Amino acid sequence: MANDVQLSDIVKDVASSFDSTFASNWWSNVLEHLSGRKLFYVILGISAFVVFAAAAVGLDAMNIGYRTAYGVTREIPWGVLIGAYVFFVVTSTGLCIVSSIGHVFGVQEFMPIAKRSVFLAIVTILAGFTVIFFDIENPFRMALYNVISPNLTSNIWWMGTLYGAYMFFMIVEFILLLVGSHKYAMYAGLLGLISGVSAHSNLGGIFGMLHARPYWYGPFMPIYFIASAMMSGCAAIIFFTYLGYKINNEKMDKPMERALQAVGKLATLLIAILMFFYTWKIITGLVGDPSEVAAFKAELAGPYAVNFWGFEVAMGMVIPFILFLRSKFRNIGMMFVASTLMIIGIFMMRYDLVVVGQIVPSFYELGVKEYSSLLPYHPTFHEIMIVVGGMGIVAMTFLLGERVFQGHKSEIH
Amino acid sequence: MKPGGIDLDNLKRDDAPPSGVERREFMKIGLVITGVFAGGTLLSVASNIRRAFASPEDVYKNYPYKPHYSMVIRQDRCIDCERCKQACRITNHVPEYGYRTRILEKDVPGAIGQKREFIPVLCNQCNNPPCVRACPTKASYKDKTTGIIMIEYKKCIGCKTCVLACPYNARYFDDERHAVDKCNFCFDTRLSKGEKLTACAAICPAHARVFGDLSDPASEVYQLVHQIVKPVWVMRPEVGTKPNVFYMKG
Repeated sequence: MANDVQLSDIVKDVASSFDSTFASNWWSNVLEHLSGRKLFYVILGISAFVVFAAAAVGLDAMNIGYRTAYGVTREIPWGVLIGAYVFFVVTSTGLCIVSSIGHVFGVQEFMPIAKRSVFLAIVTILAGFTVIFFDIENPFRMALYNVISPNLTSNIWWMGTLYGAYMFFMIVEFILLLVGSHKYAMYAGLLGLISGVSAHSNLGGIFGMLHARPYWYGPFMPIYFIASAMMSGCAAIIFFTYLGYKINNEKMDKPMERALQAVGKLATLLIAILMFFYTWKIITGLVGDPSEVAAFKAELAGPYAVNFWGFEVAMGMVIPFILFLRSKFRNIGMMFVASTLMIIGIFMMRYDLVVVGQIVPSFYELGVKEYSSLLPYHPTFHEIMIVVGGMGIVAMTFLLGERVFQGHKSEIH
Repeated sequence: MKPGGIDLDNLKRDDAPPSGVERREFMKIGLVITGVFAGGTLLSVASNIRRAFASPEDVYKNYPYKPHYSMVIRQDRCIDCERCKQACRITNHVPEYGYRTRILEKDVPGAIGQKREFIPVLCNQCNNPPCVRACPTKASYKDKTTGIIMIEYKKCIGCKTCVLACPYNARYFDDERHAVDKCNFCFDTRLSKGEKLTACAAICPAHARVFGDLSDPASEVYQLVHQIVKPVWVMRPEVGTKPNVFYMKG
């Protein structure tokens, strides 16, 4: 048990894991240790500590005021917290969509991933809500005035309301899956899927309907958000399922292997679709008005070029695409590496999507001194810690989930 | 007729060639009409109203608001003394890190004579306000009587979507009010107390900010916007916001 573990043991354990790390094949060693009981609790403890520390930093930010604590400005009011929020809810929606192929639409191959995916969809949306809680200045007013003073033309209102419904349906579905009531779980899953897709396309709509922002404006955003959610969902399913089996120190059975192979194929297809989307977004953007062109130039060859080519394109899409093909969808380990890279790249996609949309000033085309160049944004320690805290929530709850629900393995028929 | 203060009839007389001053003035009119001097997006003289509003009827027949508060900024008159900013700050308790109005500076190195101009900016009190559409809780709303975009501070959740929705960078989050804040034409601080002008218009020594009722033919803003001799334009007309802040020169 956790309280039996002495600090010295933990240190020894970590140290020995580092020794053997460089002794032989470090990767399989790390995974071996991950399955060991002690290290499981060490990682759980670290994630709990991260969540605790992040909460303290978040409360400190509240105390000193977000204007001081965060790097956001009048011109760039949305920073890395919104990027991370989008990242978490995209992952959640993706988990919901991809897993629904099995447990809602009845494709047998996708059945084994259902329970873990639904659980993680709830976990990631909670992480997203936690992060945005520390971004919105008056979150408690939201609870009241969303209900008594709704603006039905506002995407934010729809997103908040639909994501609330989404989380409710997903929790209901998870409980029904736990008690084995698969027929009703299917209905709850369907409602969750509908509200999730609506909520998520509304999140795209928040950006896509800001007609003062040419980088975002247009029907592309809601469509792109759904497609990239599915891509994120595939990556998350492979990533967490693989880790789940390592943690529980179990060998994957055939149906689960086949499920991951199917998810891998879907991931590859979606990467191809996303690359196609990206290509046309860039080509059309480069012939847009001057402020749109300026944003795309910043992304392709300016201050965001490393983020774009290194993280978004190489790590997020091209390398995983090659790895998936090379794995022939049989080498699950290679697919896991591809998914890990994808998740890192996708995080940067969300960050860039949010920030690059704001770096070109509103009055850029007016030709005035004040707004003649791109605006800077740098995340602060407070912002980064809150994002790390969101990841800590996912890590901690995922680990607990693997133990509490014993690898999410009850059969679905 | 003396548009721009020059005698056009005199230009036609062969025996009396136009003086240098008159020739320069005449050239200036041409440049104004072709938009060389326009700081914002120039709307051609004939269609200036049409571009700013949905249809000419909006302007000539139906003003949705009464009084339809509006401001005309006579851009070439601004000398960047920033008294408007100061008056706004004091009147409306604007914190030092924020502003409801500011003056932008534009250098035109290739211009003949004056090479710098100042462009005052503020909330455009749009007839089609993107900020109001974006607000989830109706904290931002367009006042049904005056057309002023107002904020009910207690409803603001601080999501800042309106800040991004605004094409004019007119909004900021005010820590003291715990809400997004913006120009409301001094409605709570002056207009509702019987004053006729906003603080910035009242203090401007150059009469660069003309404030009034766009639906009242007696009002100066009405007269400036409805004439067709001098071009009138609005900021970022491509966004389709139908602003109630107009710009002109001369």
